[in-house]
Amino acid sequence: MSSTSQLALIARRSVSRTFRQPVLVVPVIAFPLILLAVNAAGLSSVTELPGFPTKSYINFAIVVCFVQGALFAAISAGTELASDIQTGFTDRLALTPAKRWVVLAGATAGGASIAVFGSVIYLVVGLIFGVEIDTGVVGALVLLALAIYTAIAFAGIGAWLAVATGSPQAVQGMFPLLFVLLFLSTMSLPLDFIQKEWFATIVEWNPLTYLIDGMRGLVIGGWDASTLLPAIAVATGIMVITFTGASRSLRKRVQRT
Amino acid sequence: MISSTLSVSLAVLRRVMIQTIKNPAIIIPSLAFPLVFLVAFAGGLSIVADVPGFSFKGGYTAFQFVFVFTQTAAFGGIFTGYRIAEDYESGFARRLLIAAPHSAGILLGFVLAGLARFFLTGLILWGIALVAGMNVLGSPLEILAMWLLAANVSIASTLWVAGLAFRFQSVDIGSFMQMPVFILLFLAPVYVPLALLTGWLKLAATYNPVTAILAANRGFISGEESKALLAFGLAVGLAALMALWAVRQFHRAHRSVA
Amino acid sequence: MARDNGIEVEGIVRLFGGGIRAVDGVDLSVAPGEIYGFLGPNGAGKSTMVLMLVTLLPPTEGRATVAGFDVAKQGPQVRTVIGAALQEAALDSFLTGNEHMDLQGGLHGLSRNERRTRGAELLERVGLSDAAGRKVGGYSGGMKRRLDLALALLHRPSVLFLDEPTTGLDPQSRSALWAEVERLSREDGVTVFLTTQYLEEADVLADRVGIIDHGKLVAEGTPTELKAGIGQVSLEATPVNPNDRERLAATLARFGEPAAASPKSVAVRLAAGAAQLADVVRALDADSIEVADLQLHQPSLDDVFLQQTGRSLEGEEVDKEPAS
Ligand SMILES: Nc1ncnc2c1ncn2[C@@H]1O[C@H](COP(=O)(O)OP(=O)(O)OP(=O)(O)O)[C@@H](O)[C@H]1O
Ligand SMILES: [Mg+2]
Repeated sequence: MSSTSQLALIARRSVSRTFRQPVLVVPVIAFPLILLAVNAAGLSSVTELPGFPTKSYINFAIVVCFVQGALFAAISAGTELASDIQTGFTDRLALTPAKRWVVLAGATAGGASIAVFGSVIYLVVGLIFGVEIDTGVVGALVLLALAIYTAIAFAGIGAWLAVATGSPQAVQGMFPLLFVLLFLSTMSLPLDFIQKEWFATIVEWNPLTYLIDGMRGLVIGGWDASTLLPAIAVATGIMVITFTGASRSLRKRVQRT
Repeated sequence: MISSTLSVSLAVLRRVMIQTIKNPAIIIPSLAFPLVFLVAFAGGLSIVADVPGFSFKGGYTAFQFVFVFTQTAAFGGIFTGYRIAEDYESGFARRLLIAAPHSAGILLGFVLAGLARFFLTGLILWGIALVAGMNVLGSPLEILAMWLLAANVSIASTLWVAGLAFRFQSVDIGSFMQMPVFILLFLAPVYVPLALLTGWLKLAATYNPVTAILAANRGFISGEESKALLAFGLAVGLAALMALWAVRQFHRAHRSVA
Repeated sequence: MARDNGIEVEGIVRLFGGGIRAVDGVDLSVAPGEIYGFLGPNGAGKSTMVLMLVTLLPPTEGRATVAGFDVAKQGPQVRTVIGAALQEAALDSFLTGNEHMDLQGGLHGLSRNERRTRGAELLERVGLSDAAGRKVGGYSGGMKRRLDLALALLHRPSVLFLDEPTTGLDPQSRSALWAEVERLSREDGVTVFLTTQYLEEADVLADRVGIIDHGKLVAEGTPTELKAGIGQVSLEATPVNPNDRERLAATLARFGEPAAASPKSVAVRLAAGAAQLADVVRALDADSIEVADLQLHQPSLDDVFLQQTGRSLEGEEVDKEPAS
């Protein structure tokens, strides 16, 4: 049996068990939209600051949902994989001819799929509430693709944490840290509106900034390779690093001969 | 009865404190969240103070500090109430109930534990904010009032989660414990004063008791006039309401013993 | 069936961090089609042995082959011929029995049709047809074990590893599982390596038993051989009047060495075997000691364990209530 069909089987299992757990799905949809609603209303007055790139704060903030959804995907993917390791389900899979990386990638599919589902919902809800995408329909599709790509990359973070620690609690314990990263980015304001220099420095070093800016460029501003390419590069980098790390650790965790 | 209630509550308090001292990492989440918000809001959003119509004598850091401080109070309560749910999962709650079949002692114990935790994390937060150069224009009495007002928030949130814990007796509902508190906190003038809010959020914030609490505490920290009495009335009322809820859930869950 | 689906183990050792020698130099061999019972108390090293044989844990030293394939070097070949139900029946509580069959069958390369028919057949065989469409989270412990067994059999393995397959099962499910294991071995020629903490299981089910303690094999043989090594039958008597216990002991002492007995009774190993029973009864009559209960015990695997290690495997159960 080919690795692709094995991957499909393992991914299907991961997706079905994920969507059978409302506690995994509901927060991914609810939290980013609530945050969007609150921020869009609470910070709407900043659009009156001279030079703010848009007159509608929801246009500015919508992309944060995608990144936040991807963070949730990372944690769900990681928690699911870690609990598989803990219960011995990965051992069960390791006794079949499936390759190690197939087991790993398949296990993250559930988390990634929530992000895909979430992304579509964020976009639809955003459009209903008046989000206007400057790059049009094609831009919206590219935005969605970038969001999904980011979610897959982030699922790698969860997978790595899971394999390295083998404990769902440990993976969940990392959530606040990822959450912190989101708040230390251009989530609420563009970089040149951040007055405190130390904060601006943190924001510049934060990879999430580039993901947010890349997606945001599609919504406000139009096609711009200088924001889009760094976003793709950052997501690719995260993906390569985390999945490599995860499959290394997996070799130690599942010592199959 | 009163002395047994007190001794039960002190036993509960002691237990939570020992757990915290033995494993200081327990308080990290209840400190980390407010700290991140403090850094991100006070540090990252300072330009918001330039929005036309924004005026606050204490500066934007103090403005945001009040929100974060209130949040710390709420989160101290949530994380303490969460312990109750854990106690049910581990079976420890049964032992506690057999030893102390009255709700009052147990609840009081957890409320005290929540306050202790809030006191600890609140102090750390104050320390950090002062080191970072926050402006405090209020008098010592006003700062004390600020602590008291926030303490009521802590009590209310401990009791809220305690009620949920009695009802569901499981930690699985963790996000349902936090979510309503989170929403209540954020449906208030977080970034700008109520006057600058518009639309649905303004409507929600106008009726949200947290708005009055934030406004009073912002008044206290900057030494400005505020409707302190209203805020205290609302905060005490909220705590009392939550006490009612927690006791009800306790009796529902333990008809046989309570 | 494979030409040679036996198991050969030579000097196998597994160390864990902290200097734990979980398996400490075990040699054994299991003939094709044989049921081998690996008996030992908690922490003896049973699961570690199984994990090495199913290729999930590399041995620190020594060598083992399963169906002729080296477990350290030919993992993929070993895995195609074995089926395993590990100690923790790791199942996905959000999937149904059917979905488990489909997933595992698919990974083993069964076609969609095969998966369906073979899955249904196996679920039927372990008595789970009715529950096949339900999520495993709602299964009882015994149902999970049975599903695990069915999954292990899905790809028609010729060597089967079962790690404590009947722990937590009720007596009916236990004998049903025993019957199935018997059938697999006798009819299909499957070699079975099963670990257990139950004497009775090893005794009834296994063709041959290896007793493991602290990572070392302390005895090996057919149950009959092992028990014959102990030899003597023991006799246990309970006086009607508890005050007669001393006198009873004195009388019985004439027939053999004292043996372990429950607090209310007295036991001796009959020096000359069961034939002495009549003499014992006459002696008791002569000394006018009334007994409420008189039992002969054949040596058990626990006696074998006791002899080898100085400890009893079924600690609590030594104090059996005398049947009156
Ligand atoms: N991954 C591990 N790391 C460290 N020590 C281990 C590990 N796995 C097992 N051990 C140790 O090796 C010894 C044998 O364990 P093993 O699980 O093989 O025993 P067992 O006979 O299967 O016991 P049980 O009847 O309880 O299942 C024990 O002392 C155990 O603590
Ligand atoms: Mg074991």
